[in-house]
Amino acid sequence: MRVLLASLLMLVTAAAAQAEKVVADLSLRDVEINANFDGSDILIYGAIKGAKEGADVAPLDVIIAISGPAGPVTVRKKDRRFGIWVNTQSVEVDRAPSFYAVASTGALADTLSRNDDVRFQVSIPRAIYSVGAPKDIEDPQTFTDALIRIRKDNNLYQQLDNTVELFDQTLFSTTIDMPANLVEGSYPTRIFLTREGEVVAKLATFIDVRKVGLERWIYDLAHNQPLIYGILSLVIAITAGWLASAFFRYLRF
Amino acid sequence: MQIYLPIAEVSVNAFLLLGLGGLVGILSGMFGVGGGFLMTPLLFFIGIPPAVAVATEANQIVASSFSGVLAHLRRKSVDLRMGTVLLVGGLAGAALGVQLFAALREMGQVDLLVKLCYVVFLGIIGGLMFFESLKAIRRAKGAHSVPARKKHGLVHALPFKMKFRTSGLYISVIPPLVVGVFVGILAAIMGVGGGFIMVPAMIYLLGMPTKVVVGTSLFQIIFVTGFTTLMHATTNYTVDMALAVLLLVGGVIGAQIGTRIGARLKAEQLRILLSIMVLAVCFKLALDLLIMPVELYSIGAAGSH
Repeated sequence: MRVLLASLLMLVTAAAAQAEKVVADLSLRDVEINANFDGSDILIYGAIKGAKEGADVAPLDVIIAISGPAGPVTVRKKDRRFGIWVNTQSVEVDRAPSFYAVASTGALADTLSRNDDVRFQVSIPRAIYSVGAPKDIEDPQTFTDALIRIRKDNNLYQQLDNTVELFDQTLFSTTIDMPANLVEGSYPTRIFLTREGEVVAKLATFIDVRKVGLERWIYDLAHNQPLIYGILSLVIAITAGWLASAFFRYLRF
Repeated sequence: MQIYLPIAEVSVNAFLLLGLGGLVGILSGMFGVGGGFLMTPLLFFIGIPPAVAVATEANQIVASSFSGVLAHLRRKSVDLRMGTVLLVGGLAGAALGVQLFAALREMGQVDLLVKLCYVVFLGIIGGLMFFESLKAIRRAKGAHSVPARKKHGLVHALPFKMKFRTSGLYISVIPPLVVGVFVGILAAIMGVGGGFIMVPAMIYLLGMPTKVVVGTSLFQIIFVTGFTTLMHATTNYTVDMALAVLLLVGGVIGAQIGTRIGARLKAEQLRILLSIMVLAVCFKLALDLLIMPVELYSIGAAGSH
């Protein structure tokens, strides 16, 4: 045991000479959505190898970002026309994640420089990708802002400042609360190590979110055998209607 | 108890869905309306994606209508012959309506059109029914008034007459067919069974007795919504079986209770209650259009305008 520890320590010190590295794991790599799924807490923890030490070295920060499957969305704006409120303008956002959470040791703005945010697309506004709005839209930014606002209200976009705990510049952990209305797919999870706002190391992994059991069966049937699924739905409906009718007649209510 | 819906991909409270199903089921049994015009907006409100709400609602209406129609069949208050004629028109209308809907979607603003349709039709029908029933109640309260003699209007002058024994009518098949087509079109556009238009149309345009109207309306709604469910399941994959089951368990029980409540109420009372409900929904929708919304922006799936 002692030998093992000693060799580990040696490895770490050897690595320190080279570069700072991050190793991490998740409490849950597969999120299984079953019938009574109501969200999931994911613990992300890890260690920093080879942290530079010294009086003149600034402390490290950790940023953790989890993103859901991304896709295009349309944001519409209502305006008053002839006294009633109708959708008048719309902007197509090319790619917005269905879920996005970014946690950091400090305030995100302090732990990540603007440059590196642009480079790695870490903050919520940067995670949304929009080529450009139609020319007749005066202020396309308000549409992206609205998208972020609405999804933040639904807990789908989360900016979690000061939630990553970092012990002794080596061990870190955080818990991210994933809401119940998750979309199936692979959730890229990135961990960034920053010093004075500059990214010094990063690690990328995936969380697999998928339906299991009855949920899986219903979903597959609906997509692979739509006609059978439709007929089955009708049979269930008619049987339920008949059963209720028969039952109430039996009760003579 | 939270439950995750496999197609809608949201998690909702199971008891809330059972309760909603039950409440709408009672109304459905009482008035012979599928309840879609109430349930669909309610499902939007609890966060079910609109496409899934509309499709699944059709499936749920099949269940509660079937449950209701069995109770009516036993009471012999279904005019099967009239129902079939209305249905022929209804299916043709629904097919036409789906095409119209697709064309309007191309042009944009289909949401607005649906809402305006709701406000206009609910307003007209609710208002007419309300005042007519009020008059009927006043008449009933006075001395035994002479039953008003039925007018022999256009309905009686048309050819292809048919005997509808259960309704006690001998009229041309053209008016019921036209009513069926018209309601079918509206049903497809508005995403509902169409009972709330069909019921008043049968009473005021065809002159059917109120007691027969409810059962007959439910009878034809089963087929129209059954057809709609299959269409949605095969083209859009938006029927959520789990959601439908929860709604229909509440719905079928509610429909049975509603049918029994309806049988104890007088026809005029039934009509005035239905009209008040229709007017309330109309008022709410109109308000939504007129008052400035809290959130001016909304998120939709890409490509659908």
